Amino acid sequence: MKMRFAGIDIGSRTIELVVVDEAGEIKANLQADTGFDPIAEAKKLVDGVSFDRVMATGYGRNLFEIAFEAPTVTEIKAHARGARTFFPDTRTVLDIGGQDSKAISLLENGKVKKFEMNDRCAAGTGKFLEIMAKTLGYNIEEFGREALLAENDLNISSMCTVFAESEVTSLIARGKNRRKIARGLHTSVIRRAAGMINRVSSEGNIVFTGGVAKNPCMCELLAEKLDRAILVPADPQMIGALGAALLASDGR
Amino acid sequence: MSEDYRSMWANLGLDLEAHDALLSVLGKAYQDIYLSQKNRPEGMGYFDFVMSEVHGLRIKELLDEKAAGRKIIGSYCVFVPEEIVLSANATLVGLCSGADFVTEDVEKLLPRNTCALIKSSFGFKIGKVCPYLESADMIVGENTCDGKKKAYESLKDLVENLYVMDLPQVKSENGKALLRSEYSRFKAAVENLTGVPITAESLKEAIRTVNAKRAAIHRLSSLRKADPSPISGLDALLANQVFFYDNPARFTESVNKICDELEKRIQERQGVFPEKTPRILVSGCPQAVPNWKLPMIVETAGAVIVGEESCVGERGTRNLTDEAGETVDEMLDAIVDRYFQVDCAIFTPNPDRLNHIQEMVAAYKADGVIHYGLQFCQPYLMEAIPVEKALEEKNIPCLRIETDYSMEDVGQLKTRVEAFVEQLR
Repeated sequence: MKMRFAGIDIGSRTIELVVVDEAGEIKANLQADTGFDPIAEAKKLVDGVSFDRVMATGYGRNLFEIAFEAPTVTEIKAHARGARTFFPDTRTVLDIGGQDSKAISLLENGKVKKFEMNDRCAAGTGKFLEIMAKTLGYNIEEFGREALLAENDLNISSMCTVFAESEVTSLIARGKNRRKIARGLHTSVIRRAAGMINRVSSEGNIVFTGGVAKNPCMCELLAEKLDRAILVPADPQMIGALGAALLASDGR
Repeated sequence: MSEDYRSMWANLGLDLEAHDALLSVLGKAYQDIYLSQKNRPEGMGYFDFVMSEVHGLRIKELLDEKAAGRKIIGSYCVFVPEEIVLSANATLVGLCSGADFVTEDVEKLLPRNTCALIKSSFGFKIGKVCPYLESADMIVGENTCDGKKKAYESLKDLVENLYVMDLPQVKSENGKALLRSEYSRFKAAVENLTGVPITAESLKEAIRTVNAKRAAIHRLSSLRKADPSPISGLDALLANQVFFYDNPARFTESVNKICDELEKRIQERQGVFPEKTPRILVSGCPQAVPNWKLPMIVETAGAVIVGEESCVGERGTRNLTDEAGETVDEMLDAIVDRYFQVDCAIFTPNPDRLNHIQEMVAAYKADGVIHYGLQFCQPYLMEAIPVEKALEEKNIPCLRIETDYSMEDVGQLKTRVEAFVEQLR
């Protein structure tokens, strides 16, 4: 009987569970909101599938390690491994999740060469975009699409979520165009992400992973800003879990 | 601790309630971080004892010394020459600056964007919880970074016995002459405080005492070159921290004793972690007691720290003072020669530090370097970028960390350190 390997990525917003077989083929791909009891949510996901070994990643990995006696790996290594599955030649990965953003450069063999991570606050992450979308009255799916429709952006100078929110409120009060504000907010996140990428890598395509990669405005502005190809896997949110599953399969 | 200490602390003017709270946090942290380690050398028992009595028995000893006519001098920096202090019949102690205390009150006197170490030194004074500071007959401040030298202007209002030592910022002939004249001025101030003139005999004796202490630490450091490492980075850091508090002769003896044990461990290939555990050199800002945050994160992430390029570490203890001088002046010159080599980031330019980092990477067979910067510490944060660049050009992985004494970023740091350790495997 063939073995199956699971990877679980417990993030601040969502939990992903991916199961692969020995050939690395994806056999299951599940998602749930993290909620207020991540381990209970994780358990529900795990109970729904069968596997021989599991590896945890994401900020909740240590909770999972204790509850399930499972090995862990950092998001950085997991995203690097997962991204290379779809784009075997890539040397740069950008992962923007709910509360973290990371730029990772890889050696030719796929090992992590260097990485940068955002500091302690959530500026420039999915959480920032989520709160800004809400302030502008958009849902998170339409936020990027609407921003792309603006022909230029209004400059937003604050990176701090709290300050940016009041900046946005005052722009709204001055009757400024909502789409332009939205585009300005995307640009401010891109500025930060581009800075991180430039510190770890200077050329080649970039694989964009994590929930924020689903935002089309982010992808377009990033490609424009860096003049580099941005590659997005079909389901960028499951890359961390996939990477963990493959690392479990690698026998680590 | 016994009731004796409570009356002792009360007599020193400590805030007993706040001090109890501090000791209970310290005790718990020590339990969680130190006593939970596996495979510790038995000789660490001495340091466990010292830490358990760091505000108790050691303070009693200092007060007994005072009663017998000795003076106590407190310092915040490795540029304050212990040789001069000892030779004038005084004892030098490092002052508390490794934990946040009454930060709201501190920020009435210092801007929020001041480094944690400076804020902490004020916190311990304002909160009345540092028995070393309260026992001291003289407190030496020193013009190192801008943060410290401006902070001493405000500290002067809080302590009546502050002495400020000027320090050079350039390694030139003029810079050295400044250090020489400042050490002469300090010598006179210490003699004036104790009433004991420094003689060639007393200075030679003091140089020998301090050199012996340094030599013991050198011996300990060199044993950390072994793989598996016979001692954890946490425990070695503790020895380097106790360097600033303990009776010098007893410290030397205890470190040498632990070295005897470590030599046996190395022969038996016995380590605190398995062979081939990723080895890390920590470089950057000092880690004062009880700032064990980074080594705790590193050593619970599956790596071992094999050296500290730091004031509390090799930057502070590197080089002995030449003992050959016959006159006080000759020996003072030798002291200046020794301290002038300290490669603190307040110097510009400061190429020695980068060379030392690379030498240490090679000597301790480190797989990577973690550059430890305290938030708002301009000199070390400025150097961090060229240090990282130079190391990476030589294919030495480097992780730059910028943090403070709070615990709010521990989760973040854990992820970064774990990813760095994965990178080294």
